[in-house]
Amino acid sequence: MQTDRIKPIVMPKWGLSMSEGKITGWLKQPGSTVNVGDDLLEVETDKITNVVEAGDAGTLRRVLAEPGNVYPVKSLIAVLADPDVPDAEVDAFVAGFAVPKGDDEEGGEDAGPQYLFADTPAGTLRYAKRGDGGPTVLLVHGFGGDLDNWLFTIDALAEKATVYALDLPGHGQSTKAIADPSLAGLSAALLGFMDTVGIGSAHLVGHSMGGAVSMRTALDAPDRVDSLALIASAGLGREINQAYIQGFVAATGRRDLKPVLEQLFADTSLVSRQLVEDLLKYKRLDGVDGALRALSGALFANGEQASVLGGDVAAAGKPTLVVWGKEDRIIPAAHATALGSNARTEVIPNAGHMVQMEAAGTVNALLKEHIGRG
Amino acid sequence: MARKISMKQAINEALDLEMTRDPSVIVMGEDIVGGTGSPGEDDAWGGVLGVTKGLHAKHGNRLMDTPLSESAYIGAAIGAATCGLRPVAELMFIDFMGVCFDQIFNQAAKFRYMFGGKAETPVVIRAMVGAGFRAAAQHSQMLTPIFTHIPGVKVVCPSNAYDAKGLLIQSIRDNDPVIFCEHKNLYGLECDVPAESYAIPFGEANVLRDGGDVTIVSYGLTVHRAMEAAEALAKDKVEAEVIDLRTLSPIDWDTVIDSVERTGRLVVVDEAHPRCSIASDVAAFVGQNAFGALKAGVQMVTAPHVPVPFSPVLEDLYIPNAAAIADAARRTLAPTGTSPRSIAA
Repeated sequence: MQTDRIKPIVMPKWGLSMSEGKITGWLKQPGSTVNVGDDLLEVETDKITNVVEAGDAGTLRRVLAEPGNVYPVKSLIAVLADPDVPDAEVDAFVAGFAVPKGDDEEGGEDAGPQYLFADTPAGTLRYAKRGDGGPTVLLVHGFGGDLDNWLFTIDALAEKATVYALDLPGHGQSTKAIADPSLAGLSAALLGFMDTVGIGSAHLVGHSMGGAVSMRTALDAPDRVDSLALIASAGLGREINQAYIQGFVAATGRRDLKPVLEQLFADTSLVSRQLVEDLLKYKRLDGVDGALRALSGALFANGEQASVLGGDVAAAGKPTLVVWGKEDRIIPAAHATALGSNARTEVIPNAGHMVQMEAAGTVNALLKEHIGRG
Repeated sequence: MARKISMKQAINEALDLEMTRDPSVIVMGEDIVGGTGSPGEDDAWGGVLGVTKGLHAKHGNRLMDTPLSESAYIGAAIGAATCGLRPVAELMFIDFMGVCFDQIFNQAAKFRYMFGGKAETPVVIRAMVGAGFRAAAQHSQMLTPIFTHIPGVKVVCPSNAYDAKGLLIQSIRDNDPVIFCEHKNLYGLECDVPAESYAIPFGEANVLRDGGDVTIVSYGLTVHRAMEAAEALAKDKVEAEVIDLRTLSPIDWDTVIDSVERTGRLVVVDEAHPRCSIASDVAAFVGQNAFGALKAGVQMVTAPHVPVPFSPVLEDLYIPNAAAIADAARRTLAPTGTSPRSIAA
């Protein structure tokens, strides 16, 4: 059977907790020609709705999954094949398709832990590790975020790299106490994490505050940082949306928090009930309020960013990629040009501050190219 | 990190964490330790259904077995609260509250008011509520409306383990008397609960399901029946929004009104009797404050106005079920003038 000419399209797995997804609609019809990167369909999970892009080219020969229905991750939802592949072979492929098994996170509760924990000098930090071999990549989330901000990123990069994502102190399921809420303190925590899990050097991918932490790390420990990818990054200018920072810190209920979170996205409908509830669950944990107030006081007091590192980073000469969403309402996209010709800069239309989620396919392609080059 | 634990374990964990954090937290009640001062195994009981089991071994005499006199030890807990402790008193079944009612509604509830705000009474009274346990009329009531009626007392009734832990921690930290109602048929129900401490603020309802066609408001066990009804309605392309009130006093009117203003239809589900209930309270509030938004009369689904039957068959019939809730939702969707009259009362 010419299986190399028949390509399965399967339900994607976005983030470590996703077990199934609901098809909300197909954006390509059976028989149409598909190119790599084309929008194929929309999938809704309990966290978020997103577009699935084609990873292969071909003709969409079979659409097996119906809108409105729920399918487990990795199950076959459609088939791509060249036009000259006989129907019988396509049907045989469908009939013989088996959901791949064996990944460490699969197999229900008996499998290994989805999340890992490291005892570091900055406390117990939660992290995830995906992929094996190739360059090492470390994903650093922003203020109030956690490693699940990379749910569309981590598996895509792990195809050709060893990818770590952590919860910084005060965030996610890591220790809530922050000994030093400055960029230098967070950078020290990041280096302590790298020491603990045995990362010599890594490509740092930082979002928002995590971008500033990554830059600080590249300046403080240049031999530990192979390259920088700065996504909607702090540390490249003074302006920041103070109403967002204050609103996020102050919100204690769904009705306060939802309008604040809507500022993170160009498409505000992405702020689902579950997204709000997950953040409220985080914010209710003892110690989180203190951690967020300490960080916002140290990094974003009086409506502006305390540290601008662009000049130093440009001088340091690390290979750097800067990515921004054009509709960013937290840190203006104008900061994308702060590094001038010392960085590759991409500003993506129709995306907001969470550009790695809203334009995941584009951002992942940029990151893969950047890391592959570095 | 989060793991799946039962509501019973979540309540135990909340008590453990708060006793560890704050030495002024004490726990008292009938058989909550079991065996202290008598021969045999220490910590043998841990409460009538074992909720406090294991805590005595860890926290010693900050947990105490009391005599079988609710009026005495609830009074003692309230008095200790006014003198600087944070007692958590377990009253087994809420049905027994009658014998200590003076201490609750005329003393604890009034101190802050009568002493010009200078007195605080940070006491929590935990009690089991609800039917379905084959425990007959004197151990099965949902008496939440009685306490909700009284200014100065806060009333909490969680529907799951996550909420139970966060609301009990909030109750212990709160400086007013809290009646913490635990549905005994939810004790075994598991969900993801963080190991860390966290507090859920009072007066913050939980929206469990989004929907634009009808709003279903409930609390406690019947939240789960409401969710089953919503699933059944979804098969008929009716999308119900399901709201879990979580706390009855204070109550989150904003979330209820916001939802009704979008859906125009309201079903209130309450395991209490229909008269002067949470259901009638919510129905009246919406009728007064969102009348213009309503496209149909508000429907109440409650237990009937009779004691909880001992007959298992009748007891099962007594508790509001998913079919009754879905029927009520369909009545709100029927063309005006065609809906049959409610025969709840």
